[in-house]
Formats: sequence, structure tokens, C-alpha cells
Amino acid sequence: MSQAAVLPQQVATRRWRSGALARVPYAVIALYVLVALIGPLVIDYDPVRTPLPDRLLAPGSRIASGEIAWLGTDALGRDILAQIVYGARTSLGIGLATVLVACVVGVTIGVVAGYSRGRLDAVLARITDVLQAFPAILLAIVIAGVFARSVPVVVLSLSVTAWISFARVTRGVALSLRERAWVDAARVMGVPVRSIIVRHVVPFTVGPVVALATLEFALVVLAEAGLSFLGIGLPTGAVSWGQTIANGQQYLETAWWISTLPGIALSLLIINIGILGDQLTARHGQRRPRS
Amino acid sequence: MNDTLEVTDLRVTFRGGLVAADGVSLRVAPEETLAVVGESGSGKTTVARCVVGLQRPDSGTLTFDGQPLGPVGRRPPELQRAIQMVFQDPRSSLNPRMPVADLIGEAWRTHPAAAPPGDRTEALHRLLADVGLDADVTGRRAGDLSGGQCQRVSIARALAVGPRLLVCDEAVSALDVSVQAQILRLLVDLRRTHRLALLFITHDLGVVHQIADRVAVMRGGAVVEEGPAGEVLGAPRHEYTQALLDAALDLGVDE
Repeated sequence: MSQAAVLPQQVATRRWRSGALARVPYAVIALYVLVALIGPLVIDYDPVRTPLPDRLLAPGSRIASGEIAWLGTDALGRDILAQIVYGARTSLGIGLATVLVACVVGVTIGVVAGYSRGRLDAVLARITDVLQAFPAILLAIVIAGVFARSVPVVVLSLSVTAWISFARVTRGVALSLRERAWVDAARVMGVPVRSIIVRHVVPFTVGPVVALATLEFALVVLAEAGLSFLGIGLPTGAVSWGQTIANGQQYLETAWWISTLPGIALSLLIINIGILGDQLTARHGQRRPRS
Repeated sequence: MNDTLEVTDLRVTFRGGLVAADGVSLRVAPEETLAVVGESGSGKTTVARCVVGLQRPDSGTLTFDGQPLGPVGRRPPELQRAIQMVFQDPRSSLNPRMPVADLIGEAWRTHPAAAPPGDRTEALHRLLADVGLDADVTGRRAGDLSGGQCQRVSIARALAVGPRLLVCDEAVSALDVSVQAQILRLLVDLRRTHRLALLFITHDLGVVHQIADRVAVMRGGAVVEEGPAGEVLGAPRHEYTQALLDAALDLGVDE
């Protein structure tokens, strides 16, 4: 009897807990977005201003101007907290731009290829095969290394491989949708192909595409940090987690906070976006087709 | 010649070697109903898809009103309007994201010549009333409609562009028996009021006698028997027709 009385309560608790847990990624990502949007307005930071007396201060130290560097300073006396806040803006901005470019290009190509099949589809399949033979980051390194460091180059070099996943997913969806009776009905009606694609195919790719976009976003943020770490990403004037982490490399033993704290900021964001992406993928039932 | 569908020696072979249509010839006169019956795999749906231009035949000619019928995208607008289709699965033949008003609106937008002059809402309500639907379905999507209602919307969408020939591919097969009877009655009524010819594809001999003027029996991609409905159903000459009839009787068509 007592068991029966307790059980529903336990179930309710568990459900509440899993419901609350499922919302954690949303909260964390919202926090990052908030920091990226508002942070730079509150905290002043100039990457060129290097107050050397303040160099390598531990988190919580008081700097020369009397303020407290909550997360310490780097080898040039620049505030780490400010770098993390400004870096968040850079990471999210580049991630958003890249995913947007990759999404528009990939969805367009994928839907058209899947709907029309034929030669375009065959060409797409070959391009995919070729591009998959290279590790994505290697291709990005080559492209970013060839051109001068700038934001558009970084976005371009990351989009070059990112669009493929979008093209593959939407191609699959379009392939199955073109067999649906409502597409046949529109064709019999004489609806132009472009309208059929826009009205009767594309709206049904939104779920899988959004799920994929979140996963790609995480990969792009990570790849951007990687490029900046290698010194071929953003120009030195821009603040990027990858650069900050690279700057702290030689001080890992003496001043761990320079590399570690932006690293934690980066990892937390990636993990939460990854979880969110998995949730969305599970909900929309489209597993990312891997080769 | 006027508004007559002529199918001559139609041949379709699918990749993989399956012969779906092996020299099919059919003729549907204006305002006539031809039922094409046969078991699944007999090629009757392939014939229907060729007629509406969804399937390209390997050889053979299709003409309507003397004009050749190519792939649907290459047909002149009048010809696209003239031949419309109602599909088997009522639910999936309507885009689940579009409300009924938009589905019908798309037909009128595609064929402005068929669009009603003046108030479209008024015309939409009249069109829906023609197929036995209330005006309050205009804002609903396929998911909020019953199978029978979906099929009525499909029929309304086809009627919106003023067709001369309506191809019904197993249009009542997916419906409950009672709904089936309603939709059949609706088609019989519409055929008269809209002066339609029907190409009625079905595997169910039970519904054929309710609607068909003539019957063509298909097997293995070929027409094995053709004639007036009464003769073919009453005194079949081909043993396959006899077998189909026997099978239908076993299932209790006479109930």
C-alpha cells in the first residue's frame, strides 16, 4: 500500500528533475548570448592597451587602478574576464554567421538535388565524397592560411565543409518528400517547380535542419577557436578564446588561469550546445547520416 | 474527338525490368466513366500516372482533345487544368502545413484563368459546398480533418480549375465503407453537375458497378477485357475477369 502511495510521487519528482535538466542547456546558452550581447557594453576592454605592471595577476587580485581582476590578467596585463566576455561575442558571432551561410547554401543545394535527382544529385554526391576525404579542420586551415586573417575568411573557411551536412540531410528529406502525394498533387495541378520546392518541400526540412544547425554551431565555435589558437584565425585585434588560450600556453605552470578559464568557457558552451542538438535531433528523428 | 482521352499502345518499363504497361490502349469519351480494374501490380496506377503526366511512357501516345499529353510540366495550362487527379491516400495528398483555403488558393493562383472573378472567399465556400463541406473547414489543415473530409478537399481542389477529366486513383480504397459510399455518391453527382469524364482506377469490383459506364480489366500490364460495365460484370468473357469477380463475391460484394 505504502509503495503505491510513494511511487507516483517519485515518478513526478523524476519527471520534474529530467524536465528541469533538459532545460539546463537552454539556460546556459541563453546566458552566453546575454553575456555576448550585454557584456561588452558593461566591461571595457582594449586588446592593444597592455598595462604591464598588472601582468600575470592571479584571479581576485587588485590591479594598479584599484579595480579587482576577478579572473586574473594575462602576460600583458590584460583582464581575463573581459577577454572571455568579448570572446563570447566573437565565438557566437562567427558561429552564427558560418552556420547561416552553410545552412542557406546546404539547404538550397540539398533540396534541389534531392527533389530533381538526376545529374545535379550525382555531382553533389561526388563533391561530398571528395570533401569528406579531407578532415574539415585541415581544409579550413589551408583556406584560412592562404588568405589574410579576417572575419569573412574565417567564416568562409569554416563554411566550406559545414554546408555538406546540411545538403545531405535536406537531400534525404527532399528525396522522401518528392514521393509524397501532396507533391504529386501539386505537380498535377501544374504548380511551378520552384513553388513546389518552397511550399511543399522546404517547410518539412526545418526540424532536422534546426537540430543539425545546433550541432554544427558547436563544431564551428570549436573550429574557430582552433584556428585562432594556431594564429591563422581572426586578426590579432579581435578577441577570441582560441587566442587567449594560445597566449597562456607558456604560463600554464605559473599562471594557469590564462588558458584554463577561457577553455572552461569554451567547453561549457560546446557541451551545452551539443546536448541541445542531441535533444533536437532525437525529437525530429533525423539522425545525421554519416557516410 | 472533343475532350476525348485516347491512350494508344502505352508501354512503360521500370528500371529493374518490371513491365508496368505492355501495350495498353484505352479511350474515355466526354462525360463517360471508365473503370480500370485489376489486382495490385497490374499496371493500372501506371496508366493513371501517365495520363496525368507524372510518369513518362517509354512508347505509345496519349492525347486529350487531339492534343498530345507530355510530362505535366510541359503541358499548356489549359491541358493541365483539363486533367486532374484524386489520389489514394486522402491525408497525404494534402500538404499538412497548409490550411484548406491555401490549398484551393494555390490551384487558383497557378491557373488564374480558372480563378473565380470577384470575391474568392465566396467562391471558395461555394466550391466547398459543392463537395459537401462546411465553410468552417477553410482554416483547417489535413491533420484536423477526417479521411473523408480530406478526400472531399482533394476533389474540391481538382474541381477548382475546371477539369474535363478526373482521374481517380483508388480514390475511395483507403476510406471506411460508409465514407466510401458517400464519396462515390459525391463523384456520381459531380460527374453530372460538372460534366466530367472519369478515369476510375480501382482494385475493388464492388464499387465498379456503382459508378462505371465501361470497364477495362487489366492484368500484368495489359488490358484483357473491355466493354460496357453491365456486360463485363454480368457476363465476363475472360477467365481472369471471372476470377476477379469470384474473388469479389467471396469477399461478400453481394451483402
